This record gives sequence, C-alpha cells and structure tokens, in this order.
Amino acid sequence: MSKLDRDERLVKLALLVLAFSAVAILVGITVFIFGEGTPIMFKYGLKKFLLGLDWYPSEQSFGLLPMIIGSLFVTFGALVIGVPLGLACAIFLTEFSSQRVRRILKPVIELLAGIPSVVYGFIGVVILVPFIRTTLGGPGLSVLAASIILGIMILPTIISISIDSLQAVPPSYREGSLALGTTRWQTTRMVMIPAARSGIIASIVLGMGRAVGETMAVIMVAGNAISIPHSPLAPVRTLTSNIALEMGYAAGEHREALFATGVILFIIIMVLNTVATVTSRRRKGEGRAP
Amino acid sequence: MKPRLEQKVATAVLGFFVLVTVFILVFIIVFILRKGLPVLSWSFLATNPVDMGRAGGIFSTIVGTIVLTLGALVIAAPLGVGTAIYLTEYTWENRLTRVIRFGADCLAGIPSIIFGLFGFILFVTKLKMGWSILSGSLTLSFMLLPTIIRTSEEAIRCVPASFREVSFSLGSTRWQMVARVIMPSAVPGVVTGIMLSLGRAIGETAAVIFTAGSALRLPTSLFSSSRTMSVHFYILAREGISMDNAYGTAAVLIIAILGINILTYYLMNKYIRKYS
Repeated sequence: MSKLDRDERLVKLALLVLAFSAVAILVGITVFIFGEGTPIMFKYGLKKFLLGLDWYPSEQSFGLLPMIIGSLFVTFGALVIGVPLGLACAIFLTEFSSQRVRRILKPVIELLAGIPSVVYGFIGVVILVPFIRTTLGGPGLSVLAASIILGIMILPTIISISIDSLQAVPPSYREGSLALGTTRWQTTRMVMIPAARSGIIASIVLGMGRAVGETMAVIMVAGNAISIPHSPLAPVRTLTSNIALEMGYAAGEHREALFATGVILFIIIMVLNTVATVTSRRRKGEGRAP
Repeated sequence: MKPRLEQKVATAVLGFFVLVTVFILVFIIVFILRKGLPVLSWSFLATNPVDMGRAGGIFSTIVGTIVLTLGALVIAAPLGVGTAIYLTEYTWENRLTRVIRFGADCLAGIPSIIFGLFGFILFVTKLKMGWSILSGSLTLSFMLLPTIIRTSEEAIRCVPASFREVSFSLGSTRWQMVARVIMPSAVPGVVTGIMLSLGRAIGETAAVIFTAGSALRLPTSLFSSSRTMSVHFYILAREGISMDNAYGTAAVLIIAILGINILTYYLMNKYIRKYS
C-alpha cells in the first residue's frame, strides 16, 4: 500500500471518530444524568417522586408533582402565545410579503434568537411582572408572566422551522392553486398549510421542547413557589428552576434528587425530540411529487 | 365571508402579528440600551467589579466571557467541521449517518441546564477539574456542536459538484480534494456558522454557572473559576445587587451579541451573492 493510500485511510478513520462525537456526548449525558439520578428514585419509590406533593429535601421528602405540573402549565401557556404569533410571522413572510420586505424582516426576527435568556428574564422582571401585579393583581411573579416570556422566546424556533417547511412545498402547488383563481389566503389555508403540516407540527413540538427546557428566564419571572398553581396569576416552580435554584448548595441525597429532576426533564425532552424527528422525516416522503 | 374580504382580513391580522413580534424585539433592545448606555464608560469596561459588583466595572467578566467562549470554539470547531466533512464527502446516506444526525438533532434539543448538570458531574466532580474555565469551555462546546455541524454541512454542500469532479479527474485523492478544493471555498460559510454559535455561547448562563462557577477575580489559568458577563448580569439582577450595573452589563452583552450576529448576516449575504 502506498503512503498516500495509508494517509487516506487514516484521515477517513479520524473523521469517522470525529463524526461520532455528537453521539458519544449524547450517550455520555444520558449515562451520567441517569447514573446520578435514578438510584434515589428507586430508593424512595418512583410513585413518591412523580406523584408526591411535598418537596422538603432536608426531610427526605422529594415530591416532584408540583414542578411537573408547573412545567406543563408554563409550556402550555407559552404555546398559546407563541404558536399564533410564530405561525403568523412564518406565513406572512413566505406567502404575503414581497421579496424586499422578507429580506429585511427575516434577519430582524432571527435576531430574537440571539437575545440571551437572562435578558428576557430581566425584561420580564422589570416590565411584565410589575404590569401584571398592578393591572391583574397577585404577586406578578406568575404562570402568566412565565408563559408570556417563554412564548416570545420560542418564536424564533417556530418561525424558522415553519418557514423552512413552507418553502419546501413545491412552488407548483402554489402556482396551480392561484391559477385556479383562489386568493392568496385561500391558497395558504387550503394548499400550503396542509402541504407543510408535518413541518409546522415539528416546529411547534421543538418550540415546546425549548419552553420546557428554558431555565434562567423562568426562574426570574415565575416566583418559584412549590405548590400546584390554582390560577394563571399564582407563582409556579418548573423542573428546570428546581434544579438551578438548589444546585448551588445541594449535597448528598438532595443533590441526587436534583439529578432525578434532571432525569424526568431529560425524558420529556427526548420524547419531544423524537416526535419532532419522526414527523419531519415523514414530511420528506410527502414532499415528493406524486 | 367573501374570499376577497377574507383575504383582506387575513392580511391585516397576519401583518398585525408580525408588527407585534418586531415591536417586542425592538422594544427589548431599545429598553436595555436606553437604560444601559448611560452606565457605560471606559472605566466600567476596564475596571474589575468591586464589592460583589455594587461598584467598579466588569473587566474580569469580559475576560472570563472571551476566554470561555474561545475555549469552547477551539474544542467544538474541529469536532463539528470534521463531522460535517465526514457526512458530506466520505459517506452516503445510510443507517450510520442517520444515527449521527439523530444524535446531533437530539443534542440540539437538550436544554442548557442538563448540559450544566452533566458538566458539573463529569468535569467538576468526577474528573476533579473543579469550577474552572476548562470545565465551562468543555460543557459549552458540547452545546455548540450541533449548530456547527449543521451550518458547516450546509456550507460544504454549497460547493459545486463540478469542483469535486475536476479535482478527481486530475487524480487527487479524496483528502487532497477536501483540503485543497472543497474547504477553501467552504470556509466563509463554515466561519459564519461558527460565528452564529459564538453569539449563543456568550449569552449562555445555566450551563456555565454550574461548570465555570462565578468567581469575580481575573482568571489566571484554565483551572481558575471565572464569571461570564451573562452570569454576572444574572447575579446582579436576581440578587438586586446593583440595578445600574446590571443594565450596563446587559447593554454590553446585547451590543456584543447583536454586533456579532449582524456582522455574520452581512458576511453571509456577501458570500451568498458571490456564489449565486
């Protein structure tokens, strides 16, 4: 074998190793988070962890139900706000605006993604929370505040993936429909959205994942009380805030319980990721011309 | 409703939602800059925080941010670009590439707090690196990896197929083609991708606070703990230490991130125009 051939093989092998870095990291994260978090779940019983209402780490009481429900509430709230806004932006930019408007608006909206989550949280604290407190009552730090901030934070995810899937629809669909004499909106509603449906669903699912996983902004605006919120104006603690708030000083079983919180979060995220991957993979099949 | 009327209503409603979105963005940026710019001065940027940040500037946190993010890029860029080269030039779509892509997609969806937990348990405690720039950079690099893989892959795929054909027809090996033909023309795209991830790295808080810690001293080595601007801003705002300094720090953060992102878009447009 010539030297050149040997070098080629070495390069190919090295690149293959590099290519597995992402998978290796994913496996590493799974192993370490589960390794730290699952023993304590089984020690005190899965049911107590998932359905327990009390979180008193100093008394070995690790009930995560308020946080699980808290995460669900703020995520649902974020979708109520983020999905209409995000889809509207995506549809407007792909179907209703001229090339020039799109070239200006798209980067501007993408800049939303660049704003750090701590800044969103801060804006929430100094503007949104006092506003809710004075106009709607309650402490201000609430499910509502967290939902609004998260709804804004998931916009870039929803907008960019929805735009991609709308643009992936063959232009002939749009042209054919318009040639039949429909209006833009009829074409969008009856042709484009159904054709891009799975991509749009994937964008919403991924936005959900971002909302569930967001930490710093939520800590700042949600109030973090450990109880199942009875109204949108009540404070709430999510799974992510539970980890971040107590990680700084936790030790022993308390720390393990925080990793157990991480396990639950991790499972939720992986389920959402898989759903998004499967729905958008199906899109590729649909997209082919018949 | 008549179709024409419906069309008008739909346009108005959609346009209104777009305006709301743009308004939110502009509002956040203007608000932070209006409150923060008056705080900024040369001494704010060039002196270390005094008394937990109540007084003084943010110099050590700027240094911490730069060292930590550059460290993360130095680790993530070779991994990401290598993966992209393998996926585009050395294989075809098969089960293996699907596994790699699924891994990268999942990694992209994992929340930063999970990366923080992972970095804390692996680097800070198990490998005994402590709260340090090294732990922080490693953790952060894992977060950036999926973005770098995806953007590099797109950049490499944009290189015309004829480049490859000509290179092979001249008798070059695959690596010679990649190193001398493909990469030189893909570099602008790869670099813009890396710059986009830089903006994300600067703003990251949850993953960094548990791995790099929050020491306010100027870092002296890769093993010293260091506080980034985002972490500093979070602590100032959350603990109510100094609202003025919090606004100032936020303004520096926003200017840095938006500056990088706008520069990236500018370069990207220039690059796209050149190739189309």
